[in-house]
Amino acid sequence: MYKQILESVQNVEIWPTISLVIFFVFFVLLIIWVIRTDKKHIQKMKELPMNDGTLNDQSKQLNL
Amino acid sequence: MSLEKFQYDNKIVKAFIIATVIFGLVGMLVGLTIAIQLFYPQFNFNLPFTTFGRIRPLHTNAIIFAFVGNAMFAGVYYSLQRLLKTRMISDLLSWINFWGWQLIILSAAISLPLGITTSKEYAELEWPIDIAIALIWVVFGINLIGTIIKRRERHMYVAVWFYIATFVTVAVLHIVNSVEIPVTLFKSYSWYAGVQDALVQWWYGHNAVAFFLTTPFLGLMYYYLPKAANRPVYSYKSSIIHFWALIFIYIWAGPHHLLYSALPDWAQSLGVVFSIMLIAPSWGGMLNGLLTLRGAWDKVREDPVLKFMVVAVTAYGMSTFEGPMLSLKNVNAIAHFTDWIIAHVHIGGLGWNGFLTFGMLYWLVPRMWGTSLHSTKLANFHFWIGTLGIIFYALPLYFAGFTQSLMWKQFTDQGVLMYPNFLETVTQILPMYMLRALGGLLYLIGAIAMTYNLILTAKAGKFIADEDAEAPALEKEAPKDTYWHRILEAKPVMFTVLALIAILIGGIIEFVPTFLIKSNIPTIESVQPYTPLELHGRDIYIREGCVSCHSQLVRPFRSEVVRYDPNDMEYSKAGEYVYDHPFLWGSKRTGPDLHRVGKKYPDSWHYHHMMDPTTMSPNSIMPPYPWLFDQYIDIDATAGKISAMRTVGVPYEEGFEDLALDIMSSQASDIVNSLSNDGIEVHPESEIVALIAYLQRLGTDIKVKK
Repeated sequence: MYKQILESVQNVEIWPTISLVIFFVFFVLLIIWVIRTDKKHIQKMKELPMNDGTLNDQSKQLNL
Repeated sequence: MSLEKFQYDNKIVKAFIIATVIFGLVGMLVGLTIAIQLFYPQFNFNLPFTTFGRIRPLHTNAIIFAFVGNAMFAGVYYSLQRLLKTRMISDLLSWINFWGWQLIILSAAISLPLGITTSKEYAELEWPIDIAIALIWVVFGINLIGTIIKRRERHMYVAVWFYIATFVTVAVLHIVNSVEIPVTLFKSYSWYAGVQDALVQWWYGHNAVAFFLTTPFLGLMYYYLPKAANRPVYSYKSSIIHFWALIFIYIWAGPHHLLYSALPDWAQSLGVVFSIMLIAPSWGGMLNGLLTLRGAWDKVREDPVLKFMVVAVTAYGMSTFEGPMLSLKNVNAIAHFTDWIIAHVHIGGLGWNGFLTFGMLYWLVPRMWGTSLHSTKLANFHFWIGTLGIIFYALPLYFAGFTQSLMWKQFTDQGVLMYPNFLETVTQILPMYMLRALGGLLYLIGAIAMTYNLILTAKAGKFIADEDAEAPALEKEAPKDTYWHRILEAKPVMFTVLALIAILIGGIIEFVPTFLIKSNIPTIESVQPYTPLELHGRDIYIREGCVSCHSQLVRPFRSEVVRYDPNDMEYSKAGEYVYDHPFLWGSKRTGPDLHRVGKKYPDSWHYHHMMDPTTMSPNSIMPPYPWLFDQYIDIDATAGKISAMRTVGVPYEEGFEDLALDIMSSQASDIVNSLSNDGIEVHPESEIVALIAYLQRLGTDIKVKK
C-alpha cells in the first residue's frame, strides 16, 4: 500500500531540497553543540588514550 | 573507590596481526600478477583460474577484506580494550570472529578463481559466503558493543565512535547490497535490476570505501597516532565534528560513481554536491592528525612509526581531495573508465590503509613482545621503498589515464575519430603499465622486509599474552550531565542507534524515489527479456569477469556514440537494463565498451577472438579463453535460471521453462550454422555458442523497431 502512496508523489525534485535542509539543520546544531562544550571534559577525553591502566607501560620503558 | 585488576587480551591481537601480514603479502602478490598480465597477457598461464577477469576480484577482496580487514580487527581489539579499560566481553566471541573471518577469506580464495562470483565489485562473493559474512560481522558487533557496555571508562573516546559507525554501517551496506535470489548453491541473481542495481551497488561500493577502509582507520589514527607521538590529539572538538560530518555526508555520495550514466540526473547531482562537501570533514581530520605532531616533528625524523603515519595521513588528505574533484562532472568525463581511477584508489590503498597498517604494526609488535624493534634501519628502508613504490605506481597511471581519455575523445579536423581503433589507445599506454608493475614490486619488497623485521623482533622478545592492568570500577550512577555529547558518549546503545539513523537518511532519500516512482526509469517497449541461451551466455560473461575490463554503458558524449554506435548514434538508456540482474556497467575500460557490440561483428569474429584475441586484434592484451570451446553449458540449470529470474521480476510467462530447451537449441543451431558457413564446426552446447548469443544480443533491442 505504501508503494501506491509513494508512486503518487508528484515532485520528485523536492527530494534533493529536503536532503539539503536536513543536512543544513544537522550541521548548525552540531556546531552549536560543539562550541558549547565544557573545556575540562574535552581535555579529559583527549588524554584518554594515554591512560590505559596498564601496570608496566611499555612505551615508558622503551623510552619511545 | 577501589582499583580492579584485570588483563588485556593480546593473543587475539597477535592472531589478527599474523593474518594481516600473511594476507597482505598474498594480496599484493596477486596484485603484482594482474599488473603484469596487463602488459604481458601470457602471464595468465592460459588457465581459467588465473586469468585477469577472475583474479582481479581476488586481488581486491584479498586486500580489502583480508589485509585491511584483519589489520582493522587487530587495531580495534588492541585499542578498544585499553580505551575502555576492560578485557573484551568474551574471548570465545573474539576467536569466533577470528576463525570465521579467516574461513570466509579461504572460501573467497577458492571460489573467485573458480569463477563463482556475483560480479558486483567488492561484493563478488556468492550468497552462502554472504550469509557467513553477515553472521561473523554480527559476532564482531556483539563483542564490540558488549565490551563497551561492560567498560570501566564512562566516556567513549572518539576512536570508539568510529568503530561503532563501522560496525553498524557495514552491516547495513552488506545486507542491502546482497539481496539476491539463489539459483544453485554457488549462483544467484541480484534482486535489483539495471539502474537500481547500479545505484545500490555503488551506494555499497562507495561506502565500503568509506566505512571499511576509512572510518575504522580514522579510529585507528585517533588512537595510534597520539600513542606513537606520545601526545594527545590536536583538537578533540574537531574530532567530534569530523566524526558526525563524515558519517552523515559520506553515505550520500555513492552516485558520483555513476555520472553521465543512465541514472536519473537528480541522483547524480546529489552525489556530486555531497562529494564536494566531504572535503571539509576529511581535511579537518587530516589536519587534526598532522597537527597532533606539532612540536614533535623532530621525532618524525627518527621514528619509522611516525614516518609511516605521516605519509598515511597525507595520502588520506590527497585522496579525499582528489575524490571530490573526480566527482565533478567535467573532471569525471575525462577520468571515468580510465587508469586515473586506479591510481586514485591506490593512493588510498597503498598510502592510507597500507602505511597506517605498517606504522601500527611497527608500533604494536615491539610492545606486545616486550622488546624493541629488531632493526630501525630496515624499517626505514621499508618506508622509503614503500613510498617510492607508491610514486612509481600512481604517477604512470595518472599519465596513462589522461593520455588514453584524451585519445578516446580526439577528433580530426574532418570530424572523425582520430583513434577509431580502441586498441591504439591501449598499446600507447603499455609502458605506463610496466612502470606501475615496478611500483607494485617495490611496495611488495618493502612489505617482505617488514615481515622479516617483525618476525625477528618477536623472536627477540617474549610474547605478553595477557597484559596486567588496573582501573577503578565504573560508578553505578552517571554524574548529572547537561552537555549532550557527554550523555551520548555514556550511552553506547543510543549512540549506535543515532549513528544508524544518520547513515540511513541518505540511503533512503536516494533509494525510495528510484525504486518506487516509475518515471525514474522510462521503459522501452522493444526491450525484451534474454532468451535462455543468452542467459547462459550472460552467466559465462559474469563467471569470466569480463566486466573487469569491459563496460556496458555508452555515455552521452559525441566521442562515445561515434565510437560505439556509429550507425544509430544511440547512447545507453535506463530502460535498456530493466532485465539485467545484476547490472554489468563496469567501472574500467581496459577494453572497449560492449553495450552496442551486438551484430557489430559476424559470429565467426567472436569465435576467433575468444580463441585468440590477437588473431582479430593484433597486439591485443586480452587473454585467450580456450576452455569455452571444450566446456558445455549445463542444460539442466536452464529451468532454475528462468524461474529465479521470474522471481526477481523478469516477465517470463508461466510454463516458459518447458519451451526453453527448444528455443535454446534452435538459437544455438542458428549460430552453429552461421559458424559452419565460415568453415567452423562447433558443438551447439559448447559455452562459446552461448557467449556469442549473448554478445550478439547486447544493445540491439532498441533498434528492433527502426
